[in-house]
Amino acid sequence: MPQRPEPVLLANVGKPDSWTLRVYEQTGGYQALRKAVKEMTPVQVIDVVKASGLRGRGGAGFPTGLKWTFLPKDHPGPIYMCINADESEPGTFNNRILMEDDPHQVIEGIILSCYATRATTAYLYLRYEYPLCWDRLQAAIDECYAKNYLGKNILGSDFSLDIFLHRGAAAYICGEETGLIESLEGKRAWPRIKPPFPAVEGAFRKPTVVNNIETVACVKHIVGRGADWFKSMGVPPDPTNPRDAGSYGPKLYCLSGHVNRPGCYEAPLGITCRELIDEFGGGVWKGRKGKAAIPGGISMGLLAEQEFDTPLDFNALGKVGCMGLGTAAVVVMDESTSMVDFLYNSCRFFQHESCGQCTPCREGTAWSLRMLERIRHGNGRLRDLDLLLEIGDTIGIIPGTTICGLADGAAWPIKNAIRKFREEFENYIKNTNPTGYMVTEPVPALVQLAAH
Amino acid sequence: MSATVEKILTEEMVAEITALFPRYPTKQAVVLPALHVVNDQLRHVPLEAIVEIAQLLDLAPSQVQDTLSFYGMFKQDRPHGKVRAWVCRSISCMLRGGEEVLEHMCHQAGVRPGETTNDGNLTIEFAECLGACEYAPCMLEGKNLHRNLTKETAENFVKETMS
Repeated sequence: MPQRPEPVLLANVGKPDSWTLRVYEQTGGYQALRKAVKEMTPVQVIDVVKASGLRGRGGAGFPTGLKWTFLPKDHPGPIYMCINADESEPGTFNNRILMEDDPHQVIEGIILSCYATRATTAYLYLRYEYPLCWDRLQAAIDECYAKNYLGKNILGSDFSLDIFLHRGAAAYICGEETGLIESLEGKRAWPRIKPPFPAVEGAFRKPTVVNNIETVACVKHIVGRGADWFKSMGVPPDPTNPRDAGSYGPKLYCLSGHVNRPGCYEAPLGITCRELIDEFGGGVWKGRKGKAAIPGGISMGLLAEQEFDTPLDFNALGKVGCMGLGTAAVVVMDESTSMVDFLYNSCRFFQHESCGQCTPCREGTAWSLRMLERIRHGNGRLRDLDLLLEIGDTIGIIPGTTICGLADGAAWPIKNAIRKFREEFENYIKNTNPTGYMVTEPVPALVQLAAH
Repeated sequence: MSATVEKILTEEMVAEITALFPRYPTKQAVVLPALHVVNDQLRHVPLEAIVEIAQLLDLAPSQVQDTLSFYGMFKQDRPHGKVRAWVCRSISCMLRGGEEVLEHMCHQAGVRPGETTNDGNLTIEFAECLGACEYAPCMLEGKNLHRNLTKETAENFVKETMS
């Protein structure tokens, strides 16, 4: 096993009372904040984050420092920071670990990010399903106000900041940045058409930055340890891909499904899926072989077993037909798993979570679910597979038919599962519906009408 | 004929909601927190409460209703059970038997997901990922996360809750 660097983001996780200010300060907590407000200007903080090559950990992988520079210069304010803690991507739980076990690390990252962007109010939008995070974050925020890490004139500087927790209500789409803003404003979480981008007109029509929990936790360490430390691990840009900005720094990988040791592990970007499963996860459970894995949350697509040596970074997954790294949540499926069941589960999720605003997404996710239901119940037809692929190729931002990326997320598992496991789908259909005809079933409503 | 209509929101609830106003630049931003305040107390948000929240926030009732109806967690017609259990059916939980656990619990309690038992004690819901995939299959009940559920542990939970 190659030597892996000591965990940094997870350094405190598992220690007794790791969520208290006392423990956090003993391990050097809030030193990065002191350094920033006393020795650095906001522009210098942005510069060090830009130099580190940090890319957002929420799924899209956009360069964080660059995102911050999109804020209008010399805006009279207020500027808002929205912290996206509504991770609801199936398989993903890294933010929960950070908030539960090390909330001060997150808060220090938020304060530094707000200092850099001159934001004066931060809203932490927390998903409803994380009640323990709520309690620990609120307690940590209270401790920070008492120590003047938050509030007016932080540590004697002219920088003031409030952080407010805001509770979501069980909707996946609130993790989309403009959906989150709409929800924060008290409306249904319908993503907005861009432009204007949130940096120009976001929450309450003011310039707004939306950052993920793990991203701001990284900011804390970049300010404390420097850009060179962050850039010393990871993968440099791919010269064959002009749009790749490299994948630097440590990353939290969530591992779940059919592995012996599910959990959240820290490793440099670029670790392969197989290394993650074997070294950290203790291999596939019950002595079985792996069959497939979701590389970064359900919306990113699917890796077949022979693709397990693909590095989990922002660039490499695109080469094997996946959408990207996403949240780096790896869900492993063993050889006994039915891909029909997997795809049914995936289609059901996206159909349930589509906000319904864009017709291709609303209808496409529902249609694909109906087909998967039909196939599963032994009524599938071979042409359903081509129809599913057609839906997968025609909904989403990438062909330009929807406002947000949810439909892309719904499409990728369909495209990957059918293209990489087509034979299994065909065999399932042939075996369960040998005639290839649809068995017509009476429509309940019509039957009722006929009875009257 | 005028009758005194009894208010749904208690003074405490109103105080809790209005205390949130300084946090946001608009009153509309308090809609979700206000719905949570009411839901935490009444276990549902009846239409009368919508009207009163709207008055507090200077909104039309339809605006509050519009927001409420989008989110999966607020019930309106009647309160959810004293215990509300969300069983995860998402991919990691499914791979480790989450769907079977959910089905087993519903069968045992005699309800479908989203429904409440006749004694009003237990509502079983499905969740589209609880974000606790390392403990799959899992269930969130109030603030308690039940980890690595089996049919037996789930069965015991239903028995204890319904008795």
